[in-house]
Parts: sequence; C-alpha cells; structure tokens
Amino acid sequence: MITFDRVTVRYTDDGPPPLREVTLRVDEGELCLVAGRTGAGKSTLLRAINGLVPHFTGGTLYGSVIVDGRDTRHHPPRDLADIVGVVGQDPLSGFVTDTVEEELAYGMEQLALPAAVMRKRVEETLDLLGIAELRHRPLRTLSGGQQQRVAIGAVLTTHPRVLVLDEPTSALDPTAAEDVLATVTRLVHDLGVTVVLAEHRLERVVQYADRLLYLPGDGRVVDGEPAAVLADVDLAPPLVELGRLAGWAPLPLSVRDARRRAAVLRQQLADTTPPDPTSAPATTPALTARKIVVRYPGTVAVAGIDLDLHAGRVVALMGRNGSGKSSLLWAVQGSGPRHTGTVTVPGGGGRDTVDPKNLSAGQARRHVGLVPQTPGDLLYLETVDAECRQADRETAASAGTCRTLLDRLAPGLPGDRHPRDLSEGQRLALVLAVQLTAAPPVVLLDEPTRGLDYLAKRQFVALVRGLAAAGHAVVVATHDVELVANLADRVIVMADGDIVADGTTAEVMLASPAFAPQVAKVLAPAPWLTVEQVTAALGPTREPA
Amino acid sequence: MTDRRTGAASVRADSGRGPRRWSAARLPRGLHPGAWWWWALGLATAASHTTNPLLLALLVAVTALVVVRRRGDAPWALAFRMYLVLGAVIIAMRVVFRIIFGGGQGEHLLVSLPEIPLPAWAAGIRLFGPVAVEQVLGGFYDGLRLATMLVCLGAANALANPKRLLKAVPGALYAVGTAVVVALSVAPQLVESVLRVRRARRLRGATGRGMRALRGIALPVLADALDRSLALAAAMDSRGYGRTAAVPAGQRAATGALVLGGLVGVCAGTYGLLDSTGSGYLGLPMLLAGLAVAVTGMLLAGRRVRRSRYRPDRWQPAELLVAGCGLAAAALTLFAGSVAPELVYPPVSPLTWPEVTPLMLLAVAVAAGPAWLAPPPGLPSTRPPTVAVPVSDAMASTRASDPVTPLPGGRA
Repeated sequence: MITFDRVTVRYTDDGPPPLREVTLRVDEGELCLVAGRTGAGKSTLLRAINGLVPHFTGGTLYGSVIVDGRDTRHHPPRDLADIVGVVGQDPLSGFVTDTVEEELAYGMEQLALPAAVMRKRVEETLDLLGIAELRHRPLRTLSGGQQQRVAIGAVLTTHPRVLVLDEPTSALDPTAAEDVLATVTRLVHDLGVTVVLAEHRLERVVQYADRLLYLPGDGRVVDGEPAAVLADVDLAPPLVELGRLAGWAPLPLSVRDARRRAAVLRQQLADTTPPDPTSAPATTPALTARKIVVRYPGTVAVAGIDLDLHAGRVVALMGRNGSGKSSLLWAVQGSGPRHTGTVTVPGGGGRDTVDPKNLSAGQARRHVGLVPQTPGDLLYLETVDAECRQADRETAASAGTCRTLLDRLAPGLPGDRHPRDLSEGQRLALVLAVQLTAAPPVVLLDEPTRGLDYLAKRQFVALVRGLAAAGHAVVVATHDVELVANLADRVIVMADGDIVADGTTAEVMLASPAFAPQVAKVLAPAPWLTVEQVTAALGPTREPA
Repeated sequence: MTDRRTGAASVRADSGRGPRRWSAARLPRGLHPGAWWWWALGLATAASHTTNPLLLALLVAVTALVVVRRRGDAPWALAFRMYLVLGAVIIAMRVVFRIIFGGGQGEHLLVSLPEIPLPAWAAGIRLFGPVAVEQVLGGFYDGLRLATMLVCLGAANALANPKRLLKAVPGALYAVGTAVVVALSVAPQLVESVLRVRRARRLRGATGRGMRALRGIALPVLADALDRSLALAAAMDSRGYGRTAAVPAGQRAATGALVLGGLVGVCAGTYGLLDSTGSGYLGLPMLLAGLAVAVTGMLLAGRRVRRSRYRPDRWQPAELLVAGCGLAAAALTLFAGSVAPELVYPPVSPLTWPEVTPLMLLAVAVAAGPAWLAPPPGLPSTRPPTVAVPVSDAMASTRASDPVTPLPGGRA
C-alpha cells in the first residue's frame, strides 16, 4: 500500500537529514505505529506519505514514495486526497467549515462526488463514529475528543485507503483518548483501512499495533513487530519496562498479556508493600483557598472548591477536558476570574496573609507562579538570553538568576536560539525558569507534558521533584496517568467544577480503572503504582523469574 | 469498501410523490437565500416608489410578520429588531432636520421657534423659525420611505443564512467564497488568542500598556496565527482543495486575461456613464462589452473548477412563490402609481389624508404571502453552545463515595 524506496529528506543543505535512506513497506490493512523522540522525524515521515513533504513544507526528497501506485513526486497532496486521509495534532486548526455536517462533506465536495453519494456517506460516517447527535453543532463548541472524531470522520468520507494520524490523542483525557483509539482500531478491523499513527504515549496504542516504526533520531527507521522493536529501545511504556524487569519474553504489550505472566511476580511481591508516600508534615499550608467559584456565561466552571497546598508536596489535578482544572488554577493565581471565595498565602513585609488577587500582577507572581497551557504565550523576545535578561529585570533579581535556574532545569540550552525553535520540553523549561525567577513558594503547572516524549517526561518528573524538595508547593494539572503515578503525592479529581476525589496518589489511582496506571492493573490487588517502586522492592533480593 | 459501511441507509424525503405532495413540500427546511433576497428587493422597490405612509406602514408590518413567522433562531435572525430601531432613528433624523433647517413652507403653522440669524453669505439656509405641519409631514414621509426600504433589506438578512448565500456563488468565485468563509471563522480565533496572550502576560507581571505590551501581545498572537494558517493550508491541501481539471497553461492565461480585461472594461464603462463629458463609446457600450467579456472569462474559469456541492439549495416551487410574491408586490405598486399617482404620492400641500386603494391592498396582501407560502424554518442550525461534556461512565465511577469498581483481579 505504502512503499518508501531509499527516501532521504533534507530541509537544509548542512543539517542532518530527518530521514536517511529509508526503505519500508506498509501493507494493506495494517495498523502501523510510528514512535520516536520529539524531533526525530515522525512528522516528516507521516507527511511524506501524502506528499506534504516536500510539496508543502519545502526541502528536498530523494528516492520515491509510492502510495497505492501513485508516486508523490508527481502527485501533490490534493491529488492524493482520495487515497490518503491526514488528521493533524490539533483538529481545530484543520477545520475549514464551521459545522459538523459541512465539515464531513468538505472533502467530498473537493473530489466532486455526486450529491446523492455525499448525502449517503455523511450519514454513514456520522453513525460509524457515533457522532450523529452532533451533526448540527458548531465545531468550536465540541469537546476535544469529539473534535478529533469529527476530524477523522471528515477524512473518512472520501473513503481513503490510508489514514495518517499525527498524535491524535495528545490533547485528550484518558477516556476521550480511548474513544478515539477504539474508533481507529474499529476502522482497521472492520473496513481494512491502513492506518499510520504517531503517538508519544505508547502505552495507549502499542497493543493495537501490527507494526512499529521506531525513529532513533539519526535518520534511520527501525521496523518490526512492536514487542521485538521495544525490547531494545530506551523509549518504552511502563508495561514494557515491567516486562524487562521481570525478564518476560516476548515483552507484554497489553495489560492482559502482562497479567497472565505476572503470577510469579505477584507472588514475589506478596510479602513486601510499596513504601509509604512521604507522610504529610504538619506544616501550615503554603496556600489556602476556600469556596472558590468561577462562572462563565451559561456555565459554572468551578463550584465552590476548597484547596490546601503544602510546601514540599506535589498535587496532581485530574479530570476530563472542561472539568474546571484550568479555571481553578487561574483563579487561585489571581489573574483569572474569581467570583466568590478567598485565597490566602503567607504575606511578605510584616503582613500575616495576603490574597494574590489584591496584589499587582508583579507582586502576585512572587507568591504564586503559573505556567499556562501554551507556555509560548509568555515569550516574545528573539533569543533565550534576551528572555532570561528580561525575566531578571521584571523581578529585579540579580543578573543571571534566570539563566542559572534554566541551566539547572535544562542544562546547555543555547542562549542565542529563538524560543520558537526550541522543542516543547525546552520551551517549557524556559518558561518555568522565567516564572521561578520570581521565587514563588507555590508553582502551578497547567498541562505541562503535552507533546513530551518519555525521556522528556522523565526529566520533567525529576525537575518537579527537585522543586518540591526545594520547598515549593507544586500543582500539576494533567491527563497523563503514568506521569501522575510517578510524580504526585496527592491527587485531586475534578468533574463539572467539583472535586469528586481527593486523596493520596495510591488511594485515588487504585480506586478506578480509568485512572489506574498500567503497573497497578497488572499487579492488582497489591497497591503498586510504578515500575520504580517494583524495582526498589525487588532490588537487592531479586531472583530471575 | 464503499458499501460495507454499516449505518443508516440513505433515507431521503420522498418529496413530490403521491397525494401528499403539497405537505411534503411544506416540511420545515431552510429556503434558498436567493428567494428571500428577491422577495425583499421586490418589497424595497415597492417602498421606493411610494410615499404613502399607510402603504409604507403596511409594508413594514407585513415584513415584520413574515420575519416573525419564518425566521430561524440563528444569531443573524435576531438582528431584525436592530433594523427596526435603525429605521425609527432615520425617521426621527429626517423630521428633526426638517425642523432645524426648515424653510417654513406651508400654511398650517404648528409652532414658532425663535430663528437664529445667520450672516448674509449663508443666505438660503435658515435655522429654526416657524415650523409648519407640511414641512414636518414631508420629512416624515421621506424618512418612512427610507426606513421601509432598510427594514426590507434587514428582513432578507434575518431570513437568509448568509453562509448559504456564499455557498451559492458561481464556480469561478468559489475560491473567493472559501476565503471569506475561512476569514469569518479565523476572526473569532484571533480575538481568542489576543485575550489568551493578554491574560498570560499578567503571569509575567506585565501591565497591559505601551509599546512593549503591544509587542508582547502581537508577537505571540501573530506567530500563533501564522502557525494556524499553515496548519489550515496543509489540511486543505491534503483534503483536495484546489484540485483542478487539467487545463493547458495557455488557456489558463487566456481566462485570466479575459476576466481582468473585462473588469477594466466595466470600470471604464461605469466612468464613461457617470462622466457626461466623455465620448459616447465610453459609456453604456463599454460597460456592456466589459461585462460580457468578464462573464465569459468567469464561465471559462468556472469550467476548470471541478467540485460538487453538498445538499445544495434548489429552486423549488416554494422558492419561486416567495420570489414571485416580492416581484408581484413591486409590479402592483408601480401599476398603482401609474393609475393614481396622487394617491401613491399623497401631496403634503394642500394637506390631504392619505388613502389606500384596493390595488395597494392587493400589493400588500401579495407581499405577505411568504408568511404562509414559505415552508417553516428548518431545525435549529446552530444550537446554543453547550459547554458541558457528556458524562462518561468511567469518570462517573471515580466519585470517592461510590463503590469502588474492581480492578482486574478482583480488588474491591
């Protein structure tokens, strides 16, 4: 179906090519997973399939890519629209029309399909993806998962033979991600569509994949069975790490596989219990919020929430998209709207306590620092160094404070680089450094791990733990279950503006399959959350399984 | 794989079959926007050819009736009230201006205001002074006529979906139509980005003033907009936008030249028509020739565009009836004007009571036709945005107080 023949892609003459001499074949009806670190060339590979590379992006492509008999050298993307459907990371930015039904019909209109056929296919697709009740809804009012399903539906109506999905679940909560992935696997199994899918969170998809294309980052592509490829790759979901630890072969890819092999491991762990989370030191809270209410026209975003944050602790804030996590963080920081309720932080300069909302923006950030969902919004200068100097000036900190912080968070970031050229992880580190320059005792992070790969996430975990150890109270709003298991001391789950669960990480995460990390699912009923814990427990006395 | 999809078979309303033909045609649906525009323009034409306040008031009433009975609940449909207010403002302005710059013609003095003396060079202009009934009435009639025309156009705006009108543009203008649609959807996104960045800047302690603030907001917003437009362009390209039938380069150049040349001709022709000193050939002949060339070019260009339309609006009997009502109302008013001009343009001096003839009443009755002849508006095309996301079972079970869902392995 898709053939790459000695494909090399170069964007610049001197830089290393993202793809070098890649030869591979994807057969009809395969679900092919593309994995690799950020910037390893995943998007380039995906975009080469329908000719966006090089027709749209520029650069030079050597060799040939042939899809269903058509060579992308001679067919620009629009001429491949009837064979290849492409869905991007952010569905909203790819929508052309503004209601669901029109969006589904758009691709067919371009292909000049007869009106009767279009009518029929729109109805079929609405049912296939389970979005029939959304047909008249404006696209902007849909939730993230619904938008992603509409985007998939919009390319499916042209009946493409190949579906290319670039990180379709990166912005979705676990349940919405499940919905989208279930849809994708259904397409593969029921309709025989060939799917090529890039994803950072391998734990979500690897079990469905027939093939894994791993991009180590040097232009090569490692191609093979998922279990075989993952055996010696530093980028692995927790299940695979657990499998390596226990010495299972072949490696398990689904919780079911792992559970069936885990009997021995469970026995080994029977006598030990995971170390207690650092018991809460009875300190005075670093921030106390009472009865916070945030309202927007037509909806209550936060409905009277109480929140205590303690120094040295990491709190994870979870809940589906639109459950009020961001509104709560902004209200607590003082920059966002807050209708009723009080927030108090220990005051400086002789006062007992202050409310950050009553302080000037410059003063408020000395008490509570917030890194928003799109950290790039805070950056507007040309170079990393200029941003750092500006951060020092803003807070009247001694010169070099921000740069020192940055070097601790992300060592060796070139100072003359433009902030927009940084990777997601580097940009996050820069913004965090800028915010930490004001030395706030409370740090709030809104969805910080979007688009981070496993290694970047591991660094992020170390970074946040470092902040907590240094006495900051940290809140991380996130959808990422595995991240929370590794990072948080306490988990708060929100729904509809309310707190529905609040407890230690183990309590909350073990109570529900939607929030249980993979290790917990495998080792239940024992309360293990992470591979790290298991490693520590097995460490000295471990015998080969 | 085409027909293996499960799901609803194509069920189409079997309109125009059997004895229930009429009721099928009257199922709720959106009318072709063109039909509403023809009807509204017809009414506006009728209004422009009379100053009879009774007839004008009846026309406004009829327009309002049709709008109330046949508009949907989309945002543009609610703008009709604004046009009514605007109409009232126009009438008030006309009357007030007549009072200020009166002139005082007329025998029936209403009130005598003190006149403001003006210097000699402003002779012919009078400020205030005696106000006559005729003068006020003349202003009122004039204003009412203008207001009625405005209300008619407002009605078309309220009844016809502007986006569907854009979809009905000819093939050659398809690209322009798409650009407008995209621009309409991008504008709110841009506003959203500005708000988001401004809010985010407070997190860095920045206050929102001065050049630096402008730069701090504009750069991220522009970078964001650029990223988004690139993503949109890539998405449109990979979904087949711009697929064209194979056209030789020569023909492409020829159609371009035809359209451009024709438009230049149209401009020159219009100029010639308006400029009385120009030579004869520059006027109407030039305009018509330019128009013909441009239309030919567009038709040729339209043949290159190979695309189809999803659920296109069709001209069905109801559309023809609605458009016909508007045109008939205009024709009847014109006819009434030629039969009894003094009744259609009632004189203000001497003062006479305006009268309504049967012919005028017929015109109004015909204009009201669409209130019953047009099918009721379709189901809501845009529901109020719901922010709440459907509750999924998995999330619902995380409530702390709920019985704990067992994990695989039976932890409970």
